[in-house]
This record gives sequence, C-alpha cells and structure tokens, in this order.
Amino acid sequence: EKTKTSFFSKLSKAVLGKTQVDDEVLDNLEEVLVTSDVGIETTLKIIGRIQDRASKDKYVSTSELNTILKEEIAALLVGDTVPDSKEFEIPETGGLPYVIMVVGVNGVGKTTTIGKLASHYHKNGKKVVLGAADTFRAAAVEQLELWGKRVGVPVISHGMNTDPAAVAFDAVKQAVDMKADVVIIDTAGRLHTKVNLMNELSKIKRVIQKFIPEAPHDVMLVLDGSTGQNAVIQAREFTKATEVTSLAITKLDGTAKGGVVIGISDQFQIPVRYIGVGEKMEDLQVFNKHEFVDSLFENAN
Amino acid sequence: MFDNLSQKLDKAFKTLKGQGRITEINVATTAKEIRKALIDADVNYKVAKSVTDDIKEIALGREVLISVSPGQLLVKITHEELTKLMGGEKQEISLKGDPSVILIAGLQGSGKTTFSGKLAAYIKKQNRNVLLVACDVYRPAAIDQLKVLGEQVGVEVYTEPDNKKPVEISKNAIEYAKKNNKKVVIIDTAGRLAIDEQMMNEIAEVKKAIQPSETLFVVDSMTGQDAVNTAKAFNDRINFDGVVLTKLDGDTRGGAAISIRAVVEKPIKFISTGEKMDALDVFYPERMASRILGMGDVVSLVERA
Ligand SMILES: Nc1nc2c(ncn2[C@@H]2O[C@H](COP(=O)(O)OP(=O)(O)OP(=O)(O)O)[C@@H](O)[C@H]2O)c(=O)[nH]1
Ligand SMILES: Nc1nc2c(ncn2[C@@H]2O[C@H](COP(=O)(O)OP(=O)(O)OP(=O)(O)O)[C@@H](O)[C@H]2O)c(=O)[nH]1
Ligand SMILES: [Mg+2]
Ligand SMILES: [Mg+2]
Repeated sequence: EKTKTSFFSKLSKAVLGKTQVDDEVLDNLEEVLVTSDVGIETTLKIIGRIQDRASKDKYVSTSELNTILKEEIAALLVGDTVPDSKEFEIPETGGLPYVIMVVGVNGVGKTTTIGKLASHYHKNGKKVVLGAADTFRAAAVEQLELWGKRVGVPVISHGMNTDPAAVAFDAVKQAVDMKADVVIIDTAGRLHTKVNLMNELSKIKRVIQKFIPEAPHDVMLVLDGSTGQNAVIQAREFTKATEVTSLAITKLDGTAKGGVVIGISDQFQIPVRYIGVGEKMEDLQVFNKHEFVDSLFENAN
Repeated sequence: MFDNLSQKLDKAFKTLKGQGRITEINVATTAKEIRKALIDADVNYKVAKSVTDDIKEIALGREVLISVSPGQLLVKITHEELTKLMGGEKQEISLKGDPSVILIAGLQGSGKTTFSGKLAAYIKKQNRNVLLVACDVYRPAAIDQLKVLGEQVGVEVYTEPDNKKPVEISKNAIEYAKKNNKKVVIIDTAGRLAIDEQMMNEIAEVKKAIQPSETLFVVDSMTGQDAVNTAKAFNDRINFDGVVLTKLDGDTRGGAAISIRAVVEKPIKFISTGEKMDALDVFYPERMASRILGMGDVVSLVERA
C-alpha cells in the first residue's frame, strides 16, 4: 500500500497547481503502463485521453487525477464495471448443456483453467462434463483426467492421437444424455501461425454445432498473463478462427501484470471473464476491472 | 500494429529529407522510433531506453561514415548493437562429471519438459547414454508426460511416483545413473514463479544437492516485460549457466532475449522451435536481432548502408 501511494503522490505533485500535466509525469505514467505490458499504442491512447481531460479542465487535483486515470483505463476494458456477482454462473440455454470450448497457444494454462472452472461449477451444484480433445500433447488426456478425478466430474476421452472433433462431439452428446448443465472442451495448445491447427479448431466447432446449433456458447481464449505484445496477435488470429467470446488471463499470481489484455479487450470487444492466480483448484477468480487496474499501479514508484 | 522498423524510420525522417547528415535532432527523433519498436517487440522498457541511448551515441560518433540515408545507417547500427548484446562467444553446454548432470528450471508452461525430451534426443545422438529424471512432483500427469517423451526419443526415464521430495529423487537418480552406466542425467523440474519462496528454495536445494555441470533456464519467447524480473530472480537463486528460448516457431518478436541478456550475463544456448522432439536449434544472435527489429530484409539493408 505504501508503494502504491508513492506513484500517485509523485504523479500529483507534478500536476497539482499546474495548468497542464507535465511531460515528466506522463513519462512516468508511460513507464508504469508499458512495464505492465499495456503496449505503446494503448499507452499513448490512455495518455492522450488524460492530456485531453487535464487541458479541458485546466486544473486537476490529486484524487481527481487518480480517478480519471483509472476510469480511462477501465473504460477500455469491455464488460460490466462491477461483476454483478462473484459466483460462477451459467446462462440459461433451454435445457441443453452450456458448451464452453477452451482455446489458446501452448502452455498458457488451458487445462488447469478448465479444472478450476469445473471445480467452481461443481461446487455450485452444476453437473459438469469435461471433453479431452487435446489428443496430441504428451499425457494431455491423463492431465485432464486427473483434474476430473480431483474435482469429481466425468471426463470424456478417446485416448491419445484420436480425432479431437470426434471427442468434442462425443463429449457434448454424452453431456446431453447425462442432462449435464455444462460441458467444457479442452483443446491442444497451438500457435496461431499454424494454419492446419487453426482449421482444426473451426472443425471442432462445426462438429459440435451438428449436435447443438448454438454451441459452443462460449469460446474462451486463455492468455498467459506474462505474455507480451504477441497476445494481441493471438487474440486476432484465434478470433478469426473461432470467434472468441471471452478471455481468461492466467498466472497473475506472478509479477507480470497482464496489461496487454487492456488493448485486446478494447480492440476486439471481448470481455475478460476470469483470472488465474495459482495452480490449485480454487485459484480462479471472476475478473474485476477495478482490482485489475489497481494492480497495474501496485509497486509503481 | 507491428510496422516494419524501416518504415517507421522513414516516416520519422520524412520531415528531414535532404539532410544527409545525422544531427543530434534527427537522431533523437529516430531513436525514439527505435525505442518504440523495441518495446513493441517486448524488449523491457528500461533496457530499450538504455539500448537506444547507446545507439544515439554511436550514431553521432559515426557522422563521417554517412554515405546513404541516415535512417538506414541507424537501422544498421541498431542491428549491430542488438547482435552484440545477445552474442559473444558461442558456448556449448558443459558435460563435465560422471555422470554429468543437467538441471532444467523455469516458469510454469515455459516448455521445460518438452525441452528436456529434446535435449535427451540431442545428447543421445552424440552416442552418450542419457537418463531423464522426473522431478516435477506437482503438476498433474507431469511424470507421464516425461515418460511419453522419453519413449518417443528412446531414452530411459527415472521416476519415483510416490516420492514428493525432488531433492531425494534427483539424488537417487544420480546413484541409479552411476550403477547403470548413464553418462548424462537430465533433470526436469516443476514450473515455479520467481516470487514463490518455497518453490525457489526447493530448486536451490536440488541444485545444491546434485551439483549439476549445467543449469538451464527455460523461458517462453513470448514473455513480455516481466522477463527481466524472472530471469534475475532465477539467476540470483540458482546462478544458471545458460538460457533456452522456446516457442520461436510462432511469430513472437522475442524481445525477451535482449531483456534477459541485459540483466544476466548468460548466453542463450538453445532455441526451441516446435512441439516435436527434433525441433531444437542453436541460437544465432544476428537472426534474433533481425527478428526483434521485425525485418527480414535487414541483411540487404545493412549491405547497402
Ligand atoms: N502460477 C500459476 N500457474 C498456472 C496458472 N494456470 C496454469 N498454471 C500452470 O501452467 C502450466 C501449464 O498449464 P496447463 O493447464 O497445462 O496449460 P495448457 O494451456 O493446457 O498447456 P498445453 O495443453 O500444453 O498447451 C502448469 O504448470 C500449470 O500448473 C496460474 O494461474 N498460475
Ligand atoms: N509451438 C511450440 N510449442 C512448444 C515448444 N516447446 C514447448 N511447447 C509446448 O508448450 C506447452 C508447454 O510445454 P511443457 O514442456 O509442458 O512446459 P513445462 O515448462 O514443462 O510446463 P510445466 O511443467 O507445467 O511448468 C506444451 O504444449 C508443449 O508442447 C516450442 O518450441 N514450440
Ligand atoms: Mg492443456
Ligand atoms: Mg513440465
């Protein structure tokens, strides 16, 4: 808390009683944002907005400045200002299971996020089914099966090196048969530069739609919070291949800030739904804009 | 979003057309563009600043050399500087000791287990008898994963599924290697955050117990600004010998390579370029510099300048 105030006190010292926010302060702000992986373009956008407001209002007080700054950043993040509940809720789908397909590049935390999500839904009394459609990475199926066991939910799998679309189809079908509330499909990590693998995602999606036309109800792109500007390209390419509808940012328990998501959410108009804050079952939180923006300024001095 | 740097520099120089000389003013303007390009490529903010300060100095000192456009000269200088920063003598991994022990460490999901398999295959090709050791006792199916990879490359994997103590497992594995004529032991460890005291103590203790001849820090080339913190923290605790950059088969610019070199004086020894067991390469500083600058055409540019 002490370090948090020092950035803002410095910021306000340079602003208070001045008709304009001066360059030194803006440099300082730039550093805070850029070192949080916000990226130059989005950083300049934010700074531009602050400058506009400061020059329009002529005089900005410390607290006003803090508020303006945080408001401007939060405004770039799509979604409700305050999540209406901390619960993990599933939208109404008219009796059919809600289908979530989880995608992303290698090693970002897809499978772990699925395990955590399953645990939250399960605890909320929902009937959950997992689909092991990563049939490629060594021991990927075993990994998801262990999560299933840990949480206490069934995992549908056809073993390694089988057709991922067939697994996804089967998982959705069995979920319907079991009258499950939600089915979460794990997919293999893939770099967005690999055309064949990206096409495979579209195929998985199409196959699921044969069974439930409006599925997948949610295509969740998992981003590693320590990834830099490449995450922007990941968002663009995965959106092209599968129409991503939500984001999860993992590994925010580390020192990385995940600031790249601000530009992504703004540019592609996709809400951030969850953040991963550890490797355990309970280490998944509903994304909160304001807490996230605050965290960018933690330790800033 | 990622304009080519030379395009950016051209833009910056547009207003200065006709000026064949590098002056302090136009160097400052273009240095700013270079800095932005580096940050776009995920070079750490502070590192990008100090690199461009150096470039500014060099550029001004080289006034006499100007024969073509100053933009191109600056690109050339930048490319040279980045290459120098990441380069130096090429260093092989050390295979001292009998058996020689290689310890693999890094953040979660960076590619340690995959790299361990690749390294085992690489060393096996040199006709050395290799043993892989599964010391990740946390991640679900981590042991299975290494076993599958070991099978793929034809290398034995040492495991103790019921033992949760990596120090013990690694020591036992080395004993096993001695008895079974294994010449190189590669130890895969769990992913850990640099700020996780308990986990960092654990890897430090493993290192102390087994005295590896080579400790490698595996880092995802898509890492952003945090690369410096992580690399520094790992180096402070385990004083690694070299860096492995993974997932370079994607389109990341890989600025982390410079950031890491700037905070720890350790060479990048391998790059990982795919999920398959043969996707392992040595590191070329010059190519990496081109990549970070987002310019495939740098070679021809440099030749013209
Ligand atoms: N510290 C931390 N580690 C995480 C978090 N989420 C996942 N991990 C770890 O990151 C590593 C990779 O996670 P996985 O869930 O296997 O990632 P993935 O995206 O499924 O990986 P692939 O299927 O190989 O592409 C594991 O060691 C996880 O325990 C998080 O929020 N915090
Ligand atoms: N495209 C690509 N994928 C890679 C590369 N190296 C590793 N991967 C993938 O990245 C993901 C994570 O790799 P792992 O080897 O499991 O990473 P790790 O560091 O052992 O992960 P933890 O043990 O969970 O910390 C897997 O999907 C790998 O197949 C690479 O060079 N290129
Ligand atoms: Mg996975
Ligand atoms: Mg591993």
